[in-house]
Amino acid sequence: MEISRFCALLFTISILASPALSDLVLSKVDRRIYLTSHIVRISSTLKVENAGPETVSEVLLAFPELQVKNMAYLMATPHEGKGRVKNSVVALPVEVTNPKDMPPALTFYSVSLPNSLAEGDSFIFDVLAVFTHALRPIPEQITQADIQLVVYQESAYYLSPYAVKVQSLSVKLPDSRIESYTKLENTKIHGSEIKYGPYENLPEFSYSPIVVHFESNQPFAVAQELVREMEISHWGNVQVTEHYKLIHGGAQSKGEFSRLDFQARPNVRGASAFRYLVANLPPRAHSVYYRDEIGNISTSHLWGDTKKTELLIEPRYPMFGGWRTAFTIGYGVPLKDFLYESEGKRFLNITFSSPIVELVIDTLIVKVVLPEGSSEISLAAPFTVKQWQETKIFHLDIDGRPVVALEKSNVVPEHNQYFQVYYKFNKLSMLREPLMLVSGFFFLFVACIVYMHADISISKSSASYLAKQQWEEVQAAIQQVQNIIGRCLTTHDKLEASLRDLSRTGDVQACKAARKAADGLLKELSKELKPLLTFLQSSPSAAQVLPKVEELVAKERELQEKVMVKHTTVVDGYEKKSGARDIENRVALQQQKLVALRQEVDDLLEFIDEI
Amino acid sequence: MSNTAGSDLLKTFKLKTKQQELLIRVSILCLVYILAFITRLFSVLRYESMIHEFDPYFNYRTTLYLTQNGFYDFWNWFDSESWYPLGRIIGGTLYPGLMVTAALIYRLLHFLRFAVHIREVCVLTAPFFASNTTLVAYFFGKEIWDSGAGLVAAILIAVCPGYISRSVAGSYDNEGVAIFALLFTFYLFVKAVNTGSLAWGLASAFGYFYMVSAWGGYVFIINLIPLYVLVLLITGRYSMRLYVAYNCMYVLGMLLAMQIRFVGFQHVQSGEHMAAMGVFFLMQVFYFLDWVKHMLSDTKLFQAFLRITVTCAVAVGGVALGVGTVSGYISPWTGRFYSLLDPTYAKDHIPIIASVSEHQPTAWSSFMFDFHILLFLFPAGVYFCFKRLSDATMFIVMYGLTSLYFAGVMVRLILVATPAVCLISAIAVSATVKNLTVLLRSKNKVVQTGSTKGTSSAKASSKASLDQSQPFQKNGAMALLFGAFYLLSKYATHCTWVTSEAYSSPSIVLAARGAHGNRVIFDDYREAYFWLRQNTPPDAKVMSWWDYGYQITAMGNRTVIVDNNTWNNTHIATVGRAMSSYEDEAYEIMRSLDVDYVLVVFGGVTGYSSDDINKFLWMVRIGGGVFPVIKEPDYLVNGEYRVDKGAAPKMLNCLMYKLCYYRFGELVTEYGKPPGYDRARGVEIGNKDIKLEHLEEAFTTSNWIVRIYKVKPPNNRW
Repeated sequence: MEISRFCALLFTISILASPALSDLVLSKVDRRIYLTSHIVRISSTLKVENAGPETVSEVLLAFPELQVKNMAYLMATPHEGKGRVKNSVVALPVEVTNPKDMPPALTFYSVSLPNSLAEGDSFIFDVLAVFTHALRPIPEQITQADIQLVVYQESAYYLSPYAVKVQSLSVKLPDSRIESYTKLENTKIHGSEIKYGPYENLPEFSYSPIVVHFESNQPFAVAQELVREMEISHWGNVQVTEHYKLIHGGAQSKGEFSRLDFQARPNVRGASAFRYLVANLPPRAHSVYYRDEIGNISTSHLWGDTKKTELLIEPRYPMFGGWRTAFTIGYGVPLKDFLYESEGKRFLNITFSSPIVELVIDTLIVKVVLPEGSSEISLAAPFTVKQWQETKIFHLDIDGRPVVALEKSNVVPEHNQYFQVYYKFNKLSMLREPLMLVSGFFFLFVACIVYMHADISISKSSASYLAKQQWEEVQAAIQQVQNIIGRCLTTHDKLEASLRDLSRTGDVQACKAARKAADGLLKELSKELKPLLTFLQSSPSAAQVLPKVEELVAKERELQEKVMVKHTTVVDGYEKKSGARDIENRVALQQQKLVALRQEVDDLLEFIDEI
Repeated sequence: MSNTAGSDLLKTFKLKTKQQELLIRVSILCLVYILAFITRLFSVLRYESMIHEFDPYFNYRTTLYLTQNGFYDFWNWFDSESWYPLGRIIGGTLYPGLMVTAALIYRLLHFLRFAVHIREVCVLTAPFFASNTTLVAYFFGKEIWDSGAGLVAAILIAVCPGYISRSVAGSYDNEGVAIFALLFTFYLFVKAVNTGSLAWGLASAFGYFYMVSAWGGYVFIINLIPLYVLVLLITGRYSMRLYVAYNCMYVLGMLLAMQIRFVGFQHVQSGEHMAAMGVFFLMQVFYFLDWVKHMLSDTKLFQAFLRITVTCAVAVGGVALGVGTVSGYISPWTGRFYSLLDPTYAKDHIPIIASVSEHQPTAWSSFMFDFHILLFLFPAGVYFCFKRLSDATMFIVMYGLTSLYFAGVMVRLILVATPAVCLISAIAVSATVKNLTVLLRSKNKVVQTGSTKGTSSAKASSKASLDQSQPFQKNGAMALLFGAFYLLSKYATHCTWVTSEAYSSPSIVLAARGAHGNRVIFDDYREAYFWLRQNTPPDAKVMSWWDYGYQITAMGNRTVIVDNNTWNNTHIATVGRAMSSYEDEAYEIMRSLDVDYVLVVFGGVTGYSSDDINKFLWMVRIGGGVFPVIKEPDYLVNGEYRVDKGAAPKMLNCLMYKLCYYRFGELVTEYGKPPGYDRARGVEIGNKDIKLEHLEEAFTTSNWIVRIYKVKPPNNRW
């Protein structure tokens, strides 16, 4: 039906079309149609010649409405011949025009030539047009075992507002298995290639519909929606996350799906299905993941070298016609590979479209998440896109990160070009988040300290509160007592040390001096001790500890006396010049008592410490 | 001069023994807290951050709904995606504690600007609460024994497999927070009993409220605490502290618990809660008698009064209970409760409870597996508790003994016993180690002061004489200490091994070792659920056995006929009947239920044994329990369940058999075996030529574990 309508349309066009638009003539047209994948690419080489007197700087290309609907990409480049480096090619500007006196069923694009053509001049250029959804599966529903057949329609003659002198067309098919094709004069078939032409001297708006019906088991992978999110972190990473909603855009599958058949002969019973997709990620991509709403998908493989990283992803199940799936892939790439600086601004230079090979994307939304605090954001894209801004709140953001969002429909791999997002960003803003974390912990600790030290009881006069306070005072007093006892003990140690010095040097005077100092110190300490003890005796809450403290003090006093006695004995012995052995014998008994007492005092101290 | 100043400064910074102890204690607690969290992350490392098993998927789905639609929508949610065509009132039939907790954590994190996904929150909720449980265990141990026992309890419970089995990352189930709530409530109650403080009583009431909101196991609390109070009353340990604690906890706890819709008025209407109410009234009688005793000086008069009052009180209580039960105001005990008291009850009366593997009585080996050395330490701990009997130790002993009994009745209740076992074992460990170290340390001192034996104090001399009487005491103590440390280190390694090997599998993703030692992943469940999600109409109804209901709704996002919330036995029996009928009969049932797809789980290719064929007898039993048309003997041959040539003819032609083995007869599963060799059961199947009339294969996963069939529309009449 549609084919006939298409023909009828062309027919009316040719009737209605007014003759020559300008004096341009296409002296040679070579068209190659690639039907090897589900993306249709028409690559034409046109040689234009100016036959009229006026100089011309624009060439019109005509496409029927049916094709325009599916056209994803159109590019014209000057023809460089074979073997040249393609990088140097600069695309010619192409614009949609609406010239007068032209049939309305056609859409025209005008290609601006680099130099205007004077009379007799000629210029050769290439036109690449890419179409999606141009292959129609017939039959529309197939079973698991069937192969997928698709139909493609074109005109054997180049549809142009200019007369064409010589033209030829070749149609490249994925396979040599062709169901049917339109046979015209000069039609030849070479394996998987059908050639039409050459045809000579055809008038403007010539047409001759052809239909090719052939087998195509290429993956008809169509992403109905793809959201790519690129998040820049100035700590050295660009995180790319891509959410796919994928469908097999070929013939619908019907009837049952038999795993047995599919397992036994996947290439026969399941020829129309595709099992995996290949994504070419940028080199040095890391932390690659592949998951969907319900978790990780374990069927993927990753290879990497210095040039590229290749990711092979298998959906959870083989994709038959009409089956859907959804998944997310994500990866990080080093920031320095994509972020540059110019004129005080930074810019991200990254590819626009999906890294998956031969994927048609119906709606592509690209979001570039800039770091918080970026300003003066602008965009440079190689083609027109719908654009808006939003904010995204992520870890530790206060007012969100600015997001540049772009939307484009009907995207093909040819759109995978670099685009730039310019913005200004102060490096100091990088410190914001770490500082927030640090201050968060700081305040947490401060709050803990305040809580430990602040008195937050509600009733200051309740019995339990008072008891608690008293107990705290008692504890402080006991602490002081302990301190004093400790100092007493160190004084004892000093005395002992002086005795040892005595036995070594025999300096009685020094020893006596030490004794004097110690006496003074101990007296002072006992003075200090007195008020504390009276406080403890008066305090009711200390009743429990008091006996132990008193015992401690008593023992210490005993110890003190014993030490003094020993000291006196030894010093006396030295003064009387008694033998060392003699002195030792005299002191031995005292020494034993001393050690025992010291032990007891230590025990008591420890015991009090544990209360 | 400056030198001495420096040393003074050092001295002020030098920690005292007490501060050192505090520092060590706090750092041990922090380490235990972290350990309890990270030991539960094995599942994330081995697999991925995902929700495990069956029920957690429902919890995840509801949490997602809660965070997306807010609390009121959640509370009033009528879910039409499950129990088609009946539907389910979600808000009124679930314990919302877990979901609300996770949602609050999620909100808090987002408020603090941590943009985490709700799934991560759900996955890590259980480990987080396990960490908190260790803290509670510490304080509980401190309350009933001393801080040393508390520390040991925290360490033991942090790695105890009995608890880890239900709280690994991803096991997003009620038990994950409920064990925390359980222990916390008990701790607060014991604290209230010990202090007699109204504040602690109030706190325990709130703890109880949280427990009620989180898990049906709260019934254990509301029965254990009255029992404990009763024991205290009988043993003459009644005190004002107990009166305050119990009354506050019971009255407030009951009122708060009524706020949970699923529980409602059960506290005053259900037989399971009557014990608590009876004890409450008993307490009042006790208090009254106490007052009367105080007022009456004549003991004889009081004895007479006592007799009359007690008789009257018991009579009034008995009559009230009788009238309540007869008039239907007080509902009788539920089957679940009976099955706890009598392990054989479920097998005879409620096949749907008996069919769940975690409701089976516990084997000795699983006690050993889950408790390891704690099993031996438990009696020792009980001994120590009796040696130093107090209100608190009595509580922990009662908790330990009752929960251990329940753990013996049902495998899954090991979980409830775990905290008690850990605490009591911790008392044993702590007391033993403390005694041994005291022995060692005192001896060291004696050695130091060896020359002063004669004049040292009486205490030291007695120790010295003890020393003389047992010459190898020091060595013995050393050996025992080493033995204890050896056992404890064995426990730690055992726990780690069990956690990593047994309890960290999500059971959605199956892993096996391949022929070359490599890891093979069977991700068939998610493959099938995702296929359902993407490639079936959004309103398609899927019929499967109830085990997979929650997963289908959560992952497949499709309506199911029955799911794991087994509230309607008849509906489940209908599905069981459909599965065990011939295809054309089953077709009628499926048409009446609007079924579009049928999902079966089949392990014949991979040797996965928990598949639908092995569960099939339960479907027959449950179906037969409601529809007598289905008779179990029809599917058995001489009481034997088989699927090979010798199987019963009804078995070979029922829907389940057909769906599982459709076209399986053409497949060679194992080299050297005939086609159609079932690896899960190790036999060649009996019916290889299966034709389906009303259904067609819609999808089968790559390892055949899940098979989905489409129910064909009826044939055109012309």
